[in-house]
Amino acid sequence: MKITGAEIFVNALKKEGVDTIFGYPGGVVLKVFDVLYGEKDLKVVLSRHEQGATHMADGYARATGKPGVVLVTSGPGATNTVTGIATAHMDSIPLVVFTGQVPTKMIGNDAFQEADIVGITRPCTKYNFLVKDIRDLARTIKEAFVIATTGRPGPVLVDLPKDVLADKAEFDYPSEVKIRSYNPKYVGNKWQIRQAAQAIIKAKRPVIYAGGGVILSNAAAELKDLAEMVQIPVALTLMGLGAFPGRHPLFLGMLGMHGTYQANMALYKSDLVVAIGVRFDDRVTGKVDEFCPEAKIIHVDIDPTSIRKNIHVDIPIVGDVKFVLTDLIREIREMQAAGETWEAIPRTWHRQIDEWRTEHPLSYEWDEDVIKPQYVIEKISEMAGENAIVTTDVGQCQMWTAQFYKFERPRTFLTSGGLGTMGYGLPAAIGAQMAFPDRLVVDVAGDGSFEMNVQEMATAVIQKLPIKIAILNNGYLGMVRQWQELFFNRHYSSSDLTGQPDFVRLAEAYGAVGLRAARPEEVEPTIRKAFETPRPVIMEFVVNREENVFPMVPAGGANHQMMFGADRKKSEGRLRVARG
Amino acid sequence: MRHIISVLVENKFGVLSRIAGLFSGRGFNIETLSVAPTLDPQISQMTIVTAGDDQIIEQITKQLNKLIDVIKVTDLTEKEFVEREMVIVKVSPPAEQRAEVLRTCEIFRGRVVDSSPKTYTVLVTGDDKKIGAFIELLRPLGIKEIIRTGKIAIGRE
Repeated sequence: MKITGAEIFVNALKKEGVDTIFGYPGGVVLKVFDVLYGEKDLKVVLSRHEQGATHMADGYARATGKPGVVLVTSGPGATNTVTGIATAHMDSIPLVVFTGQVPTKMIGNDAFQEADIVGITRPCTKYNFLVKDIRDLARTIKEAFVIATTGRPGPVLVDLPKDVLADKAEFDYPSEVKIRSYNPKYVGNKWQIRQAAQAIIKAKRPVIYAGGGVILSNAAAELKDLAEMVQIPVALTLMGLGAFPGRHPLFLGMLGMHGTYQANMALYKSDLVVAIGVRFDDRVTGKVDEFCPEAKIIHVDIDPTSIRKNIHVDIPIVGDVKFVLTDLIREIREMQAAGETWEAIPRTWHRQIDEWRTEHPLSYEWDEDVIKPQYVIEKISEMAGENAIVTTDVGQCQMWTAQFYKFERPRTFLTSGGLGTMGYGLPAAIGAQMAFPDRLVVDVAGDGSFEMNVQEMATAVIQKLPIKIAILNNGYLGMVRQWQELFFNRHYSSSDLTGQPDFVRLAEAYGAVGLRAARPEEVEPTIRKAFETPRPVIMEFVVNREENVFPMVPAGGANHQMMFGADRKKSEGRLRVARG
Repeated sequence: MRHIISVLVENKFGVLSRIAGLFSGRGFNIETLSVAPTLDPQISQMTIVTAGDDQIIEQITKQLNKLIDVIKVTDLTEKEFVEREMVIVKVSPPAEQRAEVLRTCEIFRGRVVDSSPKTYTVLVTGDDKKIGAFIELLRPLGIKEIIRTGKIAIGRE
């Protein structure tokens, strides 16, 4: 029986096991929304802006590991997804974004609500398609899901002209597709893995530098095995947080620009860096020449282009992190069993790391009258539990969360790492809560970032999602202000946000709950009350306006030369709180 | 160093734009580019001449391989290969030098493909050096217009 393209589309999504679509309707996709009307197996989450829908799908994907699905109309609907797509692309998040398009005959005519979205998104998708013939529709959808979720994952866009959605064809969904020019490599080269194993057991000052690839390949357990087996300390990137338990004695914290002193020093002094599912991003390496000058580098990544892109690698291993680590662990065990001389990592290395830990622990200055944003994060971390999912916006709120929140499990920290997209946190929290209705989902936002997708408060309320939004309100674009303080003579050019709305009343206007804490002793009760409220809650924390994120490596500086900031000076009557 | 990279791609719309976008987006340079279908009409062959140090060329070949429509990437510069380029030059020499154009053309085993009372249009194929030398010799005779194909190259057996 022949069915319409719109019906084929919906049936194909069901075959893919999609349960939630994030979207926004418009002229050319009305046929699809008509099929979705009354559909029981597919939930449609109506956002208030297509960027929001795309971040929601991204949050859903990061939290679940399944691809996030977006459906929007042509023209502005499609272009509004671009920031969300680019965000997912930079962080290798599987999304399948369906955009409506004007009828095939009108493409190129500057028709109403026409945009060349395939052209626009070519550099920020893993792949994209324009379906020109209904007979290609089912296979194209299959290919889109395959490409988005395999290899190094990423967003795929499928552009659907109105006439293709209206035409009729038999529905024949392929169970698999072969794309001759696309064959991602999962298993690492045996010989290289043996080289790596040998290097690891011979190393005197080894350190693991792991990132988002560990989470994407669901290899947190293997990472822990490897680290514990050889007692190698582990530093994580922003994208990697949660891939290794935050309270583990081998955990060094985050490395890089706002990383911990011990993580950056360990890399700097290391003789072997085991880089796993990372891409040597500039925020991680700082000045490349001084990143780990004495170390041999093993680099495991599924994407060959990540290897030797900006740093020389001694032992490259192209493959999926889970496969490679499994083989690597087996290889090390075999060497152990064969009585290979095992040079236990000298205690001096661990002792040295402990010295660094105590020398400059993550810390902030306590204030009795003003809320310190770091304190808010610590409290949320204590009270939320290991299973909570935390999303962030971008800037100081993001860095404090990365520093002070103890992530114990993978897929519990959702943040825009590569692109650094302000306004990501709220919609991502909505996506995560849609996937896990029973888990606690907390969005740590800044007052600036929050407003970039504030319209999605409506979505949260309408969907009855009990997300908790912690706004660290300092009335500034905090990170911009910090850079202006440190590098631009305190010219707070366009970074002062004085005149923000009343966030409590804003929450109430949306039909959510608004709470405000203005003094340190109010922080804990506010969080408790929010966590006990089964509705969306905005917690506004009025925090110290000019608090800075430290430690810090100035852009382009070397990681071992960190700034610790003036606020480390102990002042009269104030207690310095030091937390490792 | 200059490299000649041969790329087999799916013959689909948008592929050229993906390749060009990769080069422009990552700040790599394309010196010349030629594209044509192979014996299999579903596959096209691109010959790209680019320049860069080893690390850049490694990235270029890896990034090309990563593109989903790319089937095979070969850096011909690493092996023995034959390269050719074609140039068509329209010359309008002063009357007393018309014979000189024909002589030069003969030396380079070129052909006159069109002539008018005031111009000759001549065609030459060869490698970079030959084409360059040919153009330099014609330049003083009055080049009116010039068109080059960009390089094509093939590995030797």
